[in-house]
Amino acid sequence: MHSFNVEYAWSMLFRVICGAILMFLIAPIFIIVPLSFNSEPYFTFTSGMLHFRPEAYSIRWYEAFVSDAGWRVAVRNSFFVGGLSTLLATALGTLAALGLNRPLPMRSFILSLLLAPMIVPIVVLAAGTYFVFAKVGLVDSYVGLVLAHATLGLPFVVVTVLATLSNFDQGLVKAALICGAHPTMVFRRVTLPLIAPGVLSGAALAFVTSFDEAVITLFLSPSPEYYTVPRKMWSGLREQISPTILAVATTWIVLSLMLMILVGVLRRQSARATGNR
Amino acid sequence: MAEAIGFATPDDLGRRVARSRHSDTRKGLLLLAPALVLLFIAFIVPLGYIFRLSIYDPIVPDGLPRVVQALEHWSGSGAPDEETFRALAEDLSDARKANTVGLIANRLNVEYPGLRSTVMRTVRRLGQTPPVDNFTAFFVKADPNWGAQSTWQAINQLRHSVNANYYLAAVDLRRDASGSMELAPEENRIYTTLFVRTFLIAFSVTSFCILLGYPVAYLIATSSKLVASVSIMLVLLPFWTSLLVRTTGWIVLLQSQGVLNDLFVYLGIISDENRVRMIYNLAGTLIAMTHILLPFFILPLYSVMVSISPVYMRAAQSLGAHRFYAFWKVYFPNTLPGLGSGALLVFILAVGYYITPALVGGQSGQMISNLIAFHMQSSLNWGLAAALGVILLAVVLILYGVYNRYSGANRLMN
Repeated sequence: MHSFNVEYAWSMLFRVICGAILMFLIAPIFIIVPLSFNSEPYFTFTSGMLHFRPEAYSIRWYEAFVSDAGWRVAVRNSFFVGGLSTLLATALGTLAALGLNRPLPMRSFILSLLLAPMIVPIVVLAAGTYFVFAKVGLVDSYVGLVLAHATLGLPFVVVTVLATLSNFDQGLVKAALICGAHPTMVFRRVTLPLIAPGVLSGAALAFVTSFDEAVITLFLSPSPEYYTVPRKMWSGLREQISPTILAVATTWIVLSLMLMILVGVLRRQSARATGNR
Repeated sequence: MAEAIGFATPDDLGRRVARSRHSDTRKGLLLLAPALVLLFIAFIVPLGYIFRLSIYDPIVPDGLPRVVQALEHWSGSGAPDEETFRALAEDLSDARKANTVGLIANRLNVEYPGLRSTVMRTVRRLGQTPPVDNFTAFFVKADPNWGAQSTWQAINQLRHSVNANYYLAAVDLRRDASGSMELAPEENRIYTTLFVRTFLIAFSVTSFCILLGYPVAYLIATSSKLVASVSIMLVLLPFWTSLLVRTTGWIVLLQSQGVLNDLFVYLGIISDENRVRMIYNLAGTLIAMTHILLPFFILPLYSVMVSISPVYMRAAQSLGAHRFYAFWKVYFPNTLPGLGSGALLVFILAVGYYITPALVGGQSGQMISNLIAFHMQSSLNWGLAAALGVILLAVVLILYGVYNRYSGANRLMN
């Protein structure tokens, strides 16, 4: 009986510690949400908020967010650049993963090259990109931003599609070929539908990467006309911090939550489709 | 494909298999080509340019060609001969016509602070005076710096358009009066100090991630389905949330008028005047970076932990091992590959961090990336910034090579 109690105490202690660590992980995210409804321009809870007085809460920072032309431009740019760079990264990354799935010389070297944008110090890459793109007029341009963001998103697509392909039964392709299907037909009707969940979750990760990118944009977009939301948040945090940023942040949290759930669903689907449970 | 099926002698078959494999490889390379082109344009060329910037330094040989040539006969001590001073006069008046004096002056100033004004003043004087007969006297009168050996040493060091001067500066090495290498005085060792601090920060963040991440990964891997899936959601949410958003959250929580300080004051732990400084300093960098990198440690470790069969632990315990002993001797060694690769990944990402230290690091929480950005954007000492960047990049790439050998690059995300 004694040993049971000690063990129970240990496991409770363990759970309390883990709970505290999980709190640490989500506290800075969740704290933003109620504070974004503050009716005062403070970054902390007013006593009215703590007593749940309705007049202490308002949506004024959301109104400020929506009515600010600068933020509207930034939101539009974020979606535009995010969308185009995701398309580019997904197309090129999926093709590359399919290529890597074949016998190749120096395969592991090529793979680590394709994944290198994930780990390279971002300031060094951003500065280099700035100098090179400035020479060809790609600074302060959508083309430059899309190319740079797609490069950062590419590794995520390659990794997720490769993981899906490793669970993919190549026998299905052979079967389709033996039945007389043309290779393009096989790709469209057999391979693509089966790897689609992997492709889509790679795309979601590439989108989030672009959506979250601030440093390359800092170098490539000197003029506010090409600011993205993270770039504008950067200025907001460095120069004059206004509670509007909390409303923007909350909106961004909701968007990432939605993407995360989408990818969770896709992963499950992918596991079911490839029979890997 | 269709003609591959049919009668074939063994010999023939071998050739056909080889041919088919060969065409497979070609198709693979074709599929890879577009991604590699993008990588070339927006990754390899930019990094290559930074490397070029760090070693290619043509301002002095291009701007002062006659001086560089005349200096070949210089003994290395004292001021050079009249011939060199005449060359300097000719080069500087050419530079004035070509409008490159500022460029040359700036470059010399980086190598030897003070030379900028020396050059500018001399050029102004040079434009006003009638033809000179004794150039040495003229220059030394214009600015005594021209008579000093160290001035000429600085110019002499820049005579090659490809040199390692920026790298020397990046590790706080400089040449003393006799031209041999020495370390800068301790209080001036900005860059080595910052490199050391960067590694210490990365190391501390990695240690915190191990301490905080290991229990959580263990919880997710061993708990009931409900606890595990709720916990993994709580780990994934920060992973998906924007870095800027999370940094905003930390500012809100930690600043002196922030939520935590308010709570401490309310609870009476501290008085209103003695609010704790938890952000805009080293503590801010450490807290926010640990928070941001923690999921990168938990997720790979978790995937290793779920693959460890619970049977091992049960076997050890049924053979009489105490619960903790069994954990330490059986379970923990099995998690080492995941722990190692997760820790290495966190360290690699931490060493190059920029945004978080820039926003919440204050003065004491700055890292090498922040100084690179400063030299790129504000002081415009691009060569030095590039050299610092190349050193940082080399460190990261070496660690990445170790990581790949150790756990395979494709584990980077899973």
